[in-house]
Amino acid sequence: MPEASSLSTAALSRRTFLGSAGVLTATAMLLTACGDDPVKPATGTPGLELGSGDAGLLSYVFLLKRFATGFYQAALTTPAADLTAADLAILRDVNRHEIIHREMLVQVFQKNSLVDAPTIGLLQGVAFTYPTATFTITTRQGVLAGARLIEDLSVAALAGTAKLVTSSVVYFPLLMKMLAVDSRHAATMRDLVQPGSFAGPDAVASTGSQAGLNQILTPAAALTELNKYTNGVILTGNSLPTT
Amino acid sequence: MDLFKIISDIEKVDPEVYERFDTRRRAFKHLTGLGQKLTAAALPGLVGALFNKAYGQGTGSLPADVVAVLNLALQLEYLEYNFYNAGLNTPGLIPASEVAAITTIRNDEAGHIKVLRQALGNQAFSQSDVPVTAFDYTGQGSFPDWNTNTAKYFGVAQSFVDTGVRAYKGGAPILINNKDILQAALNIHSVEARHSSHIRTVRRALASNAVGTIVAADPNDLNNKPKSWISGQDNGGAAPNATPVNTRPVYAAGGVVTVGSTPLPSPAEDNLMHAQFNAQTGSTAPTGLTITPAAASEAFDEPLDAATVKTIARNFRSAAGAALGLFNP
Repeated sequence: MPEASSLSTAALSRRTFLGSAGVLTATAMLLTACGDDPVKPATGTPGLELGSGDAGLLSYVFLLKRFATGFYQAALTTPAADLTAADLAILRDVNRHEIIHREMLVQVFQKNSLVDAPTIGLLQGVAFTYPTATFTITTRQGVLAGARLIEDLSVAALAGTAKLVTSSVVYFPLLMKMLAVDSRHAATMRDLVQPGSFAGPDAVASTGSQAGLNQILTPAAALTELNKYTNGVILTGNSLPTT
Repeated sequence: MDLFKIISDIEKVDPEVYERFDTRRRAFKHLTGLGQKLTAAALPGLVGALFNKAYGQGTGSLPADVVAVLNLALQLEYLEYNFYNAGLNTPGLIPASEVAAITTIRNDEAGHIKVLRQALGNQAFSQSDVPVTAFDYTGQGSFPDWNTNTAKYFGVAQSFVDTGVRAYKGGAPILINNKDILQAALNIHSVEARHSSHIRTVRRALASNAVGTIVAADPNDLNNKPKSWISGQDNGGAAPNATPVNTRPVYAAGGVVTVGSTPLPSPAEDNLMHAQFNAQTGSTAPTGLTITPAAASEAFDEPLDAATVKTIARNFRSAAGAALGLFNP
C-alpha cells in the first residue's frame, strides 16, 4: 500500500520537525528585552521561555528538580545544629533522590536528543535563590519547612504536568514514578515539621468535591511560584501544552 | 445533520460548550479523524459519544479498559477504607497519637471512593458500598492478630497502600486519553503515596517503642523499620515470611500493562532502568556523593499490572467478597 506508507512517513516527518522546532524555541528565546509584548518580561528583565511539547514540559520539571537540589545542597553543606541524626538521614536520602531525578532528566535530554546542549546549558544556568524569610537553613524547623514547601510544590506541579505529556509509554510513566516518590518526600517533611500533617488540608483537600485529592498546579502557576526564587530571571512557559 | 450548527446553537445557551470537549480542536479532530468515512446513519452514535464525553461520565460511555482500571481502583479503595475504619472501631488498637492520622487516611479513602464512583456512574462494578464483611484481613490466616497487634496492623496497612500506589501507576497510562479522569487518578495516587510515607514513618517508631517520634530507618531491618520510600524490594516488605500469604509480591516484579499496542513491564521495586536509562550509573553525582543502587531504586516507584494486583488482593477477600466478584481476574 504505497499511499499508506508515504502518508505515515509524511506524518512522522512533520512530527519530528515540530519536535525540533519546540527545542529551537527554547534555545532562541533567552530574552533580554521584550518591549511591549504583555506576556513577556518587562524591558531589561532577563527571562527564559521554555519550549513546547514534552521537551518543554520536561525542561520545566528539570528546573523544579534544580530548585530542590540547590536547596538541599545549601541546607546539608553545614547542617543546622539542631537537626537530629534521623532528620539528617532522611534529608540526605531526599537530596540523593532529587539529584537522581535531575540527572535522569539530563540523560533523557541528551540520549533521546530531546533538548539540545545549548538549551540544557541555559536551563542549568538559572540561578535559584533561597531567601532567608522562607528558607531558614540555620535551624531544624527552617530547613524542614523549606523542604516541605519544595516537596509540596513538586508534587502539585508533577501532578498537574504528567497528564500533559504526549509520550504515554515513556515520559508519562517516568513522571509518575517521580511523582510517587516526591509525594513520599512531601509527607515525610510534613510529618517532621508537624507530626500527623502528612496529608494536611493545605496539601490534600479534606472537604468538598475535591476531598481526598492532592492539590495540583498548572505549569504556569508553578512557574509563577518558581519565579519568586530565580534572582530576577523570569521563567515563562507560553508554548507549554495546557490540555 | 449539521453538527456545527448544533454546537453553535448549544453555545448560545451554554457558552462553555467548547470547554466541555477536551478542546474545540480536539473535539473536531476526533470527529474528522473518525468521521471521514462514516455514513450519515452512523453519525448520531458518534455525536452521542462525543457529547457523553463532554457532559460527564457516568453515562455508560467509558471504554471498557478505562472502566476496568477504575473498578479495580474502587475495589482497592474499599479494601483500604474498611481496614482503616475497622481499626478505628477497635479500642486500643491504634495508639492515641495516631487516631487523627488514621482518621485522615480513612476519610481520604472515602473521598477517593466518591470520586471514582462519580467517574464510573452506572459502570461501577456495584452500586452499593462494599461492607467490611467482604474482606478477610487475616489474609487466609496469615495475620490472625491484625486487629489486636498494633505493629501487625500497620504492617498490613503498609502492604495495602503500597499495592495501591503501584496499582494506580499501572492503570494510569490506560487513562491517558481521558484527561479529567487521569487527573483524578494522579491526585489519588499522590495521596496514597503520602499515606504510605506516613504509615512507614509510624512503623519505624512502633518498632522502637517510640510512637510519636521520628526514628531513623534501619537498612538492615527494612521489614520492621522501613524508610518512608521503598528501598530495593524492602527485603520483601512487612511480612516476607508469613504463610500462606506473604508480602513479597507487593514489591516484586509483576506482569505486563498493555497501553494501546505497547507492552509496559512492571519491574520489581529495585529496578534501576527508567525511560530506557540507568538511574544509578547514568547519574552524575556531585563530588563526595555516591549514588548507590539502593538510592537509585528509592528515587522511583514502580507500576504493577492489574492481574498481579488482583492476585495480591484476592488473598484478602472473604467468601462474601468472592460472591461479590471482588478482584476477579
